Amino acid sequence: MMDTALQTPATAKTTPSPAAWGRVRRSRHLADRALKVVCTLFTVIGATVLGWILLMLLVEGIGGLSPAVFTETTPGPGSQGGGIANAIVGSLILTVLGIVVATPIGVLAGTYLAEYGKGSKLAEIIRFVNDILLAAPSILIGLFVYMLMVQPMGGYSGWAGGVALAIIAVPVIVRTTEDMLRLVPGSLREAGAALGAPMSTVIISISWKAARAGMVTGVLLATARIAGETAPLLFTALNNNFWFNPNLMGGVANLPVMIFQFALSPYENWRELAWAGALIITLSILALSVVARLLLRKDQVR
Amino acid sequence: MVALSQERLVSSQVVPARRSFKPSFDRVFRLASLGSALLVLIVLLGIIGAMIYGGLPAFREFGFGFITSTVWNVNEDQYGAWVAIVGTLSTALIALVIGVPLSLGIAIFLTQLCPPWLKRPVATTIELLAAVPSIIYGMWGLFVFAPLFANYIQMPVSNLVEGLPIVGTILYARTPSGVGILTAGIILAIMIIPFIASIARDILDQIPPVLRESAYGIGCTTWEVVRNVLLPQAGVSIIGAIMLGLGRALGETMAVTFVIGNANRLSGSLFDPGSTIASRIANEFNEAIGLQLNALMALGCILFLVTFTVLVLARILVSRVKVA
Repeated sequence: MMDTALQTPATAKTTPSPAAWGRVRRSRHLADRALKVVCTLFTVIGATVLGWILLMLLVEGIGGLSPAVFTETTPGPGSQGGGIANAIVGSLILTVLGIVVATPIGVLAGTYLAEYGKGSKLAEIIRFVNDILLAAPSILIGLFVYMLMVQPMGGYSGWAGGVALAIIAVPVIVRTTEDMLRLVPGSLREAGAALGAPMSTVIISISWKAARAGMVTGVLLATARIAGETAPLLFTALNNNFWFNPNLMGGVANLPVMIFQFALSPYENWRELAWAGALIITLSILALSVVARLLLRKDQVR
Repeated sequence: MVALSQERLVSSQVVPARRSFKPSFDRVFRLASLGSALLVLIVLLGIIGAMIYGGLPAFREFGFGFITSTVWNVNEDQYGAWVAIVGTLSTALIALVIGVPLSLGIAIFLTQLCPPWLKRPVATTIELLAAVPSIIYGMWGLFVFAPLFANYIQMPVSNLVEGLPIVGTILYARTPSGVGILTAGIILAIMIIPFIASIARDILDQIPPVLRESAYGIGCTTWEVVRNVLLPQAGVSIIGAIMLGLGRALGETMAVTFVIGNANRLSGSLFDPGSTIASRIANEFNEAIGLQLNALMALGCILFLVTFTVLVLARILVSRVKVA
């Protein structure tokens, strides 16, 4: 450290350093100051961007909000007014479908990793694969479900959309379930086993119960993750300007794809609806994430 | 491990004597969880299989030339991936160049400089940035950032560098519209910051405080502690975190589709529109038929290979340090 500083005695004399720094050389002082300023500045930039995005959504979105937004279906090209009721309901259905499919699979897979396959090679491979899936580009999952369901079934459907969202949600649930189950102390399990409970009972009534808050958090986080996904729905559920068929075949209107199509459209009322939809979806997702965090924190305190 | 094996032993001995239905439920439950875990594996294999199966006709038709050709002509059914590959790599690279210093700065601020009462709100804010859907970043990029970028960066810079060698090509905008490769890179940088920052923060938090305190004890400044103690300790896993961010940036679709301009030509300028693999798939897939569909699938296959490699490397780097 000493040799890195190029400092002549002359400059040292002319610049009296603050008392707290004593005889620390000026270059060291400056490097330290620079680090602190730069890091603080970067954090401020990060927080500013989030604030800016929220502000943009509020300013543009509240202008587009009206009762009709929640009651009418999306307007056709060139027509006036309209709402996004079908897209909101469609998004809810697709998200719920995705979570209903993903939760049992994710929880059971996470349970396998944490309870049954603790040290096994297979569990290690699956954990690795799960981490890859967690970060895999969602557009590829859309392509996969297109090949898997849309082509064989002969058209876009809400079912395909739900499956695509489920594939994105599963890795999130697997990961949180496993992490949370690992926090459950082994002595609890041993106590259960000592009472003569079989492994499944030990897991269900002891491990799951102890890790419940964390597992619910995982499901909430997965919901937040899939609620805003656009790319995989583009090739599976597509979009629709009307109410969907009761059997969910054909395009199903949903907020993310609606926002994508309407935001880039030349029609003024379409763009307003896109902003309203963007505001609704972002606020719901942020609310979900905050609730998930609070739930986890409350559990940790306890 | 001993406890677990004993537990298994106990359960298998006692239960059959008590209730006859429990062992079968026990087995069903065990098989169900094993099946679910295997399903995760099958999905990944399925994705690989679907990409290869879908892209095979295009690879067969164009051979290796598919990767190096810059032609993407729907009317003549000629397809090449080079423009999209270059777009994908250059936007991801820009995202890293901008995003990594910012993320590390935030991680250092959160772990070393931040007063305790501020820690949680700042960390939550950064993590919430990760929860915002990518389409919202796209809208912000297109409607808010791009006009500002065109007015205050593109136009002055273009005027400044016009006619100069090299810089005059890289930083010259023929039509300063605000959208293009550089804009896409900046938006991607903002999107990967929360990921890299929160992983880097976790890594820095794991370093034993004793190391840091002893460095402070011999009179190191904060910068010297970060430079000579923390970074050498966390180095490899921070590279892993960066690669996780790179994986995100490579596959990001919606935000990029909004701001990249979707042009199919190779340009020397960062201000010109281009396209990435993901944005091209998102734009053309629903109208594609025949060979075009296969070509898009082949693009997906390339994207999968690249992100898969990056993610595997990232995972290895991150986990190796955790064990050590």
